[in-house]
Amino acid sequence: MKRKARAMRSLGPVLVVVAAIVALWYAACVPMNIHTAVTDAERAGVAVSPEGAAVRRDIGAVRLALGNTHVWGDTFAQEKPRLPAPHQVAAELWDTVAMKQVSSRRSLVYHGWITLSATLVGFAIGTVAGVLLAVGIVHSRAMDMSVMPWAIASQTIPILAIAPMIIVVLNSVGVQGLVPKAIISAYLSFFPVVVGMVKGLRSPSPMDLDLMRTWSASRGQTFRKLRLPASVPYLFASLKIGIAASLVGAIVGELPTGAVRGLGARLLTGSYYGQTIQIWSALFATAILAAGLVALISALERATLARMGVGR
Amino acid sequence: MVLSALLLWVLAWWVNVRIANGPAAETRAARLGVPAIFGLTLLVMWELVVRGLGVPLVILPPPSLIAERFAGSLPILWADFLQTVVKGALSGYAIGCLAAFGTAILVDRSDFLRRGLMPVGSFVAALPIVGTAPILVMWYGFDWQSKAAVVVVMVFFPMLVNITAGLQETSAMQRDQMKTWAASYWQGFWKLRLPAAMPFIFNGLKISSTLALIGAIVAEFFGSPIVGMGFRISTSVGQLALDMVWAEIAVAAIAGSAFYGVVAFIERKVTFWHPSQRG
Repeated sequence: MKRKARAMRSLGPVLVVVAAIVALWYAACVPMNIHTAVTDAERAGVAVSPEGAAVRRDIGAVRLALGNTHVWGDTFAQEKPRLPAPHQVAAELWDTVAMKQVSSRRSLVYHGWITLSATLVGFAIGTVAGVLLAVGIVHSRAMDMSVMPWAIASQTIPILAIAPMIIVVLNSVGVQGLVPKAIISAYLSFFPVVVGMVKGLRSPSPMDLDLMRTWSASRGQTFRKLRLPASVPYLFASLKIGIAASLVGAIVGELPTGAVRGLGARLLTGSYYGQTIQIWSALFATAILAAGLVALISALERATLARMGVGR
Repeated sequence: MVLSALLLWVLAWWVNVRIANGPAAETRAARLGVPAIFGLTLLVMWELVVRGLGVPLVILPPPSLIAERFAGSLPILWADFLQTVVKGALSGYAIGCLAAFGTAILVDRSDFLRRGLMPVGSFVAALPIVGTAPILVMWYGFDWQSKAAVVVVMVFFPMLVNITAGLQETSAMQRDQMKTWAASYWQGFWKLRLPAAMPFIFNGLKISSTLALIGAIVAEFFGSPIVGMGFRISTSVGQLALDMVWAEIAVAAIAGSAFYGVVAFIERKVTFWHPSQRG
C-alpha cells in the first residue's frame, strides 16, 4: 500500500518531466531541420529570407529558424529529417508494429522477435552457467581464489569488443543466426550473475551458519535451506543487470555481418540509408523491449520475495 | 600436445588446491599467485590446444602469435588507443560526468524535479543507449566528437542517478546539526552532503568507466575515420586478421582495467573513512 502511495505521489512530477522532454524535442526539431526545410520551401516557390543554399550554409540554425517562421510546420514532416519529430516516430512505430503482418520483413515485431529470442536464449545460458560457477566458487576455496579475481576484473573491460569476432568466426565454421548472438548475450550476462550470486551465497552471517551447524546440518542442507534462499535478492539484482547486458549483446551481435534481421540490423540499415525515422523507431523498440524485460524480472522478483515472506 | 595441456591443467589445479587449502592461503603472495597461476595455465593451454589440434588461424590464433602481433604493431595500436580512449572515451566521460553533476545539484535543490526526473533517469539508465550511436554519428560526423557524444549520453544517466542518491545519504539529524550551526546551503553541501555522497559518486564513476569504453568502441562500428579501436576490430574481422583483433582486444582490456584501477585508487584516497575501504 505504501509503495502504491509513493508511486502515485511522483506520478505528477514524472508526467511533467516527460511532457517537458517531448516539448524540448519538438523545439529542437525546428533548428535541426530548418536548413533542409528552407531549401525545400525555396524549391517549391515559397519566399524565404536569405535566398540560395550556399548563402544559408553559413547561417546559424537558430537565426535561420527565426527568419523563416512560416516553414516551421515543414520541419516536423520531412521524410529524412536530421531529427524526426516525436509524432513521426510514434507513427512509424505504430505503422511497423501494429499495421504490418508479423511475419513481414518490414514489421518491427518480426525484427524484435529475432533479437529477443537470441537475448533470451543467451540470458538463460549465461544465468545457469553463472549460478553453477558461483556455487562452485562458494564451495571450493581453490576455485574461489583462482576464478573470482578474473570474474571481477572482467567486469572492468569492454567485453563487447569481442562480439564482431565471435560472429564472424562462428559464421566461417558455418554457425549462423541465433546461436552466435546468444553466445554473446550469454557471455555478457554471465559475469554479473557470477559476481552477484557469489555475494548472495555468502550473505548469511557467521551466526546463521553456526546455527545450521548446531543443528548438524550437512553442507547440502545448509546450501538448500540457508544459502540459496539468502541469495535470491542478490540474484534478482544481477539478473536485471544481466538481461539488459544480454539485449545490448544481441543488438551489437547483429551489426558486424551486416545482418538483415533483428533490431540491430534495423539500426545499421537505417544509418546506411539515412532513414532517421527508422533508426529512431528501432531505438524506441529496443528501449521498450529492455524496459519490458527489466519490468518482467522486477515483477518476478516481487512475486518470489512475497512468497518467501521477505517482500516489502 | 592436447594431452600435455590436460596434464598441465591437472597439475596447476592441484598446486592451486594445495595453496588455497594450505596454511599460507591468507598471505598476499597466495592471493596474487593463485589467480596468476590460473590465468597462465589457461594461456598455455590455449597455446597447446590450438597448436596441437592445428586450429586454423582464422578461427583462433595462439597467444604467442597475438603477442607477436601486439609487439609488432605498437604504433598502430597506440594511434587507435589515442583516438578511441583518449579522444573519444575520456573526453566524453569528463563531459558526461560534469553535466550529470550539474544536473544532480539542480535536481537536489528541487523536490519536484527529483521526484519527476529520478524515475525517468533510472528508466533511461537501464536502456541500451549504445543504440543512439548511429544517430549521434550522423549528427556529429565520423570523427571522435560523435564518439564522445555517445559516451556522454551513456554515462550521464547512471551518474545522475548515483549522485542524486548519494546526496540523499545524510540523515535528518546531521542536516539539523548543520542548520543549528547556521550553515548556508552551499556550506552544508560542501562540508556534509558532498563528502557523504562520495561512495555513491565513485560507484557511478566506476560503472561509467566501463560504459565509456564500450560506447566509444561500439560507436565506431557505425562509422569512423580510418583509425580507432572499433574501426580496427571491425575491419580486421573483415580481413580475418584475427591476431590483430585479439591484440586490439588486449589493448581494450588493459585500457579498461587501468581506467577502472585509477578511479578505484582515487576512491580509496577520497573515501578512506568509509567502512568498505577500511581494514
